[in-house]
Amino acid sequence: MHISPVIWQYLVKWLTNFAVFPPEASAIAPYMDALYFFLILISVVGLVIVGLLVAAFSILYRKDKNPEATQIEGSTLLEATWTIIPLALFMVTFVWGALLYFRIYNPPTNAMNIYIVGKQWMWKAEHPGGQHEINALHVPVNRPVQLTMISQDVFHSYSIPAFRVKREVIPGRYTTVWFEATKPGTYHLFCTQYCGTLHSNMIGEVVVLSPEDYQAWTAGSTSGASLAQNGERLFASLGCNSCHSGNAHAHGPDLAAAYGSRIQLTNGGYTIVDDAFLRDSILNPTMHQIAGYAPIMPTYQGQVSEEGLISLVEYIKNLNSNYRVQQTLNTSQVQPGQTGTPAGVVKQ
Amino acid sequence: MSTIVSLPDQSTATLPKRSYLNNEYGLKSWLLTGDHKRIAILYLISITFFFFIGGALAGLIRLELLTPQSDLMAMDTYNKVFTMHGIVMIFLFLVPSVPATIGNFLIPIMVGAKDLAFPKINLLSWYLYVTAGIFTIAALALGGVDTGWTFTTPLSTHYLNTHVITAGLGVFIAGFSSIFTGLNFIVTIHRMRAPGMTWFRLPLFCWSHYAASILMVLGTPVLAIALVLVILERTIGIGVFDPAKGGDPILFQHLFWFYSHPAVYIMILPGMGVISEVISTFSRKRVFGYTAVAFSSVAIAVFGFFVWAHHMFIMGVSNYSALVFSLLTMLVAVPSAIKIFNWSATLYKGSITFETPMLYAFGFIGLFTIGGLTGVFLGSLGMDIHLTETYFIVAHFHFVMVGGMLMAFLSGVHFWWPKMTGRMYPEGISKLAAVTTFIGFVLTFFPQFIVGYLGMPRRYASYPPEFQVLNVFSTAGASVLGVGYLLPMLYLTWSLKYGKIAGANPWQATGLEWQIQSPPLTENFTVTPVVNYEAYDYEWLANKTEHEVQTVG
Repeated sequence: MHISPVIWQYLVKWLTNFAVFPPEASAIAPYMDALYFFLILISVVGLVIVGLLVAAFSILYRKDKNPEATQIEGSTLLEATWTIIPLALFMVTFVWGALLYFRIYNPPTNAMNIYIVGKQWMWKAEHPGGQHEINALHVPVNRPVQLTMISQDVFHSYSIPAFRVKREVIPGRYTTVWFEATKPGTYHLFCTQYCGTLHSNMIGEVVVLSPEDYQAWTAGSTSGASLAQNGERLFASLGCNSCHSGNAHAHGPDLAAAYGSRIQLTNGGYTIVDDAFLRDSILNPTMHQIAGYAPIMPTYQGQVSEEGLISLVEYIKNLNSNYRVQQTLNTSQVQPGQTGTPAGVVKQ
Repeated sequence: MSTIVSLPDQSTATLPKRSYLNNEYGLKSWLLTGDHKRIAILYLISITFFFFIGGALAGLIRLELLTPQSDLMAMDTYNKVFTMHGIVMIFLFLVPSVPATIGNFLIPIMVGAKDLAFPKINLLSWYLYVTAGIFTIAALALGGVDTGWTFTTPLSTHYLNTHVITAGLGVFIAGFSSIFTGLNFIVTIHRMRAPGMTWFRLPLFCWSHYAASILMVLGTPVLAIALVLVILERTIGIGVFDPAKGGDPILFQHLFWFYSHPAVYIMILPGMGVISEVISTFSRKRVFGYTAVAFSSVAIAVFGFFVWAHHMFIMGVSNYSALVFSLLTMLVAVPSAIKIFNWSATLYKGSITFETPMLYAFGFIGLFTIGGLTGVFLGSLGMDIHLTETYFIVAHFHFVMVGGMLMAFLSGVHFWWPKMTGRMYPEGISKLAAVTTFIGFVLTFFPQFIVGYLGMPRRYASYPPEFQVLNVFSTAGASVLGVGYLLPMLYLTWSLKYGKIAGANPWQATGLEWQIQSPPLTENFTVTPVVNYEAYDYEWLANKTEHEVQTVG
């Protein structure tokens, strides 16, 4: 049979591109796949049992062979058997799945943090060092990376199939996920929550780099100011320091040691100051009223973008650490052209 | 105990002179009827119409996904197509499919009553359904809606300028039609059983419809509330779901899934009822473990209300509430397993024949088992993170809804076709259709499990090229499936005039509906039946047939 070489080439290309199993590129992926194969195993066994029963009875008791049906009421023993065995197997998958879930959604404390902002229809990544990316994410290999994510508009979902992780990105609320990439390479990034017209274009790539390549990438793509530095300038331009001055008689609480501390609210309860708490307090100050302070802070709803909020959070987070030493840049080195409106202020 | 059942000689069967079909003539006699059987026929015609609309949309989806690029239609159009496919198939086909057609026709007869408890509410339910259909068609004709069938906020409330309110009202109204059907079934089963028809003599079809009715009556109002809030948020901006106004978009998810998970059981339970009847009839045996099957329906209805948040495992619900909902999800899987094993065991020592309804029932058992087991994948917390929102979940719910429910619906339509119309469907071609449907289905949806594990997201108009091979299989399967669905439509219509005359009880089944003429009289029974035998009592049937004097109305 003669096959046109053009079609042949096309077929070869098509079939070599044919994927049946996703790459395993994160520390969690082998664990996920193990559970998957266990689930496939019990499914196949269950399906084969049901299939064999139906097929065997259909052959043995077909009308030609067995013209007379024998009436049977039922059997408590059998009912108990096929209640308890499936239940036991389901409990195993429940426990196994729960362990995996808690592992994926509880980041280790030493994870490096990257902020993700989702919007119709792109993914923005904000690295603490000041690197900004759109529809891409560069991460180092063999290091735990935590993503702190928020949506600017509708629900999105950040999915990296090769890492077997995914999390909904929600408006008005930070969600987190973490992974540790194990293989350098380029992997798919998908938005998996339907988000409107260009949902299927809200894709990108996750690039896993070796430590050296990552170093080179970090140095080569910085925007000039780290997130915390941008946050500092935003803090000043919004006039935050007039109240949060750190003085004993200031109107607002001192923020220097705020992040991570446990504070008392006016309603008597206690809470830990985390990213979400800081964001809520900027946008909706009366939501968590801190004991000992009058509810006089105005809302900044609509004045600061999600990226701006992230910078502010990152700045406050870094107040009790020596971020100036950690970062290669400091405020005085920022180019004069950038001193106008700090990035993150919503232009009115 | 043993029973020989031989099918009656159909060559001597004649059509009764008088039946519900020729009792009155004219369009008005149909549109203003209170007869549950005529309303069932009205429903059957209208849901078939919407099934083919939804099916055509599915065809468009598969055609678009034949190639990785978004080339057949614009992305916006694609979004509208899958949204309408979902809305039409779920609210206008699957939810009313078995209950409003077969259930409407049979529940009163099975319990030995002349009609449902509230015939006028039954008719109103059909009119509401038609109104809902008009709203939905209007939304489609005016330019469509692209929220996805889930109406997710804030996308549906703030970010779209399509006909969300029109479509939302359509679904809202369809909900009331389903509430009325459920209400009618509950009251009928409680209050209108014939003398001697105790709860445990009811056919399992009635049990599963009773369980589904409870879900319809208690669950659907919550959907109505969620939709009203979406509409109010869109029109006057009340801000219940808007984080900028202190609202919470997750609240919408809770409200929506509080209905939409039980809705899955609203769709599948009546189908399970059909399967119990069909398996028993064609193996000439009482359903194995009658009480276990009956109570598993009730258990599904009860547990079904407490698993909704398993749709939200990745949405930032607390890890511990996710734990509870995962556990409950595992529990709700057990009653379905019990049913599957009991149906298989019913075949044991039966005297089995393989007519078309039985073939569809076998298809149901196989595909529903796969659908159910892949549900366990998704109920398992860690696994769900990778699988949710991908084609795996699309494959899973199509195995349950299409592989399960649609197979059950077709099984039921073939099984009761002689009762509804008085004529047989052609056996040869219908067996071919059943096999075609099964093959087409597996070819369409099985590759989607694989492409789902690869990570292909649902609701994508374009996708990376390495997913193409599996998508081509899917599209090829969809065309086979389309043939499998068109065939019954054609030969069933043909059989209305040319089908063999069926006679009262062509399958020698035991239900009360088979003891009256086909098609039945408007009043169903000439004298109120007295039931002094158990459900699926083939010995009673054999004795009865021996002493029976042929009477035809």
